[in-house]
Amino acid sequence: MDAQIALLLSQDGITNGAIYALLALALVMVFAVTRIIFIPQGEFVSYGALTMAMFQTGLVPSTIWLLVILGIVVVLLDSLALIKTKQNQKLFKLLGINLAYPLVLAGLLYLLPVKDMGMLLQTLFTLAILVPMGPMLYRLAFQPVASASVLTLLIISVAVHVMMVGLGLIFFGAEGLRTEAFSDARFEWGMLSVNGQTLWVIASFFSLITALYLFFERTIYGKALRATALNRVGARLMGIPPALSGKLTFFLAALIGALSGILIAPITTIYYDTGFIIGLKGFVAAIIGGLVSYPLAAGGAILVGLIEAFSSFWASEYKEIIVFTLIIPVLLWRSLRSHSMEDEE
Amino acid sequence: MSATPLLQVKDLSVSYGKIEALTKANLSVNQGQIVTVIGPNGAGKTTLLSAIMGLLPSQGEVTFDGTIEKVPEVERMVSRSLSLVPEKRELFSDMSVSDNLVLGAFQRYRNGQRDYKDTLEEIYSLFPRLKERQHQLAGTLSGGERQMLAVGRALMGKPKLLMLDEPSLGLAPLIVREIFRIITELKKRGVSILLIEQNARAALQVADYAYVLETGQVVMEGVAHELSDSPQIIETYLGLGGKHQAILTT
Repeated sequence: MDAQIALLLSQDGITNGAIYALLALALVMVFAVTRIIFIPQGEFVSYGALTMAMFQTGLVPSTIWLLVILGIVVVLLDSLALIKTKQNQKLFKLLGINLAYPLVLAGLLYLLPVKDMGMLLQTLFTLAILVPMGPMLYRLAFQPVASASVLTLLIISVAVHVMMVGLGLIFFGAEGLRTEAFSDARFEWGMLSVNGQTLWVIASFFSLITALYLFFERTIYGKALRATALNRVGARLMGIPPALSGKLTFFLAALIGALSGILIAPITTIYYDTGFIIGLKGFVAAIIGGLVSYPLAAGGAILVGLIEAFSSFWASEYKEIIVFTLIIPVLLWRSLRSHSMEDEE
Repeated sequence: MSATPLLQVKDLSVSYGKIEALTKANLSVNQGQIVTVIGPNGAGKTTLLSAIMGLLPSQGEVTFDGTIEKVPEVERMVSRSLSLVPEKRELFSDMSVSDNLVLGAFQRYRNGQRDYKDTLEEIYSLFPRLKERQHQLAGTLSGGERQMLAVGRALMGKPKLLMLDEPSLGLAPLIVREIFRIITELKKRGVSILLIEQNARAALQVADYAYVLETGQVVMEGVAHELSDSPQIIETYLGLGGKHQAILTT
């Protein structure tokens, strides 16, 4: 291996690492606020990538119908109680978000020339379809059992994952798809050659991290999410309902997932079930951070990305094994270091 | 007592499995009053407050500010301006003092009242100590400061009724005195308070009306200063040697 290959591999590793880092942050956030280990995080990645790909082949993505159906079920479940108690304002809001919005969006997509509307609009529409699914999923799958044990929540999480992979196969077919790059530019600095997509990934990574930081530090809703993660009873006493924090967290997780999918789709071919493996690598990184530390998780993600890139050079058939084996020493080290986690107040 | 109490609790019962922790408790708090509930450990005092707040499932009826709640629910009680300062404080220890306070106004903010910065200044004027420490993490505060923060955070919601669960528990005598000074000050500002205390003498001195809770039942009630003269109360809760408690409230 010479320096040029090393640079190339590092660049690959960091690009993928940035994506894993975003997913790891989402996993840590969801776990901290709701105690859910969010396995379907990866499905949002493949849904994001493949919805974008369908736009680019000129089709209206079938994911829009999932959004419509999820919305209808949410309305059926929630409207009855609101009608009974005559909370009209809340009822209008419910109908607007879960019924009117998906239908209007579907109508728009069938009217617009989806293939030729440009990447920016395609990206925005992909997010517009997928991100609202986050809160809907929380409402349907997790809200009724929000106070159940971590294990129960994990089992439900696995069920949602299996369901989403199955639906993915129906929506997108078994073929893998790849999207156009955001930019074809190449930059040469001596030995180092950087392509435009890498820069897009890195730039998106930093802007998303900054946006999340500002959200959690500066806004009262962000603070409310942090508060829920720190002290559930305290948060409820402030009038922060667990359902609100759950939906808000899932909104962010869906946003991060779908955006990661859009970013990674031009780099690698995505199949309907690829998201799981990508999400799992994010999960390894999140475990390095103990599911609580954001900086450690982000650092762990870059490490995962780099190890993956270099092992694909030296031992490409073992690269997944090497990455996932990484979790064993991390778990050993963590279990040796922390004895009294349960007694912590 | 006037015609429409701010809070009226009727036949409230709570059970943990087969054990009944609270049996048909009746209690009411009028506008602008301090009402105290005293009683020994395990009498069901904290259970009573948790049930009113909706933290625990209960049977009975809670009427707050004119509306009956068959089963109180926390978020609704908060949005109807009821605040509870729990015994354990339940602060957000890894967040700054000012963030803790701001979150106290979350419910109001969500309902469209964006004046939390003004309320914050009012709280700082009531607790200058909190202003000095506004950037410090809540977890690094001393016990007394934490209690002040918990009370301040609850006041950020501009409650019609403030429920305090053992505010003096585990605090040094001088701090206890400070806490009771604040309770009196709050009353002057028109806040109604439901106060639960083991420090019976101090509680009876600041309160208007008092209830005595024993093994889940209200066994005695009356105007606070009359109760503090009752021989039975003196014997059980105040004791003859308990003068040091009285000094704390002066």
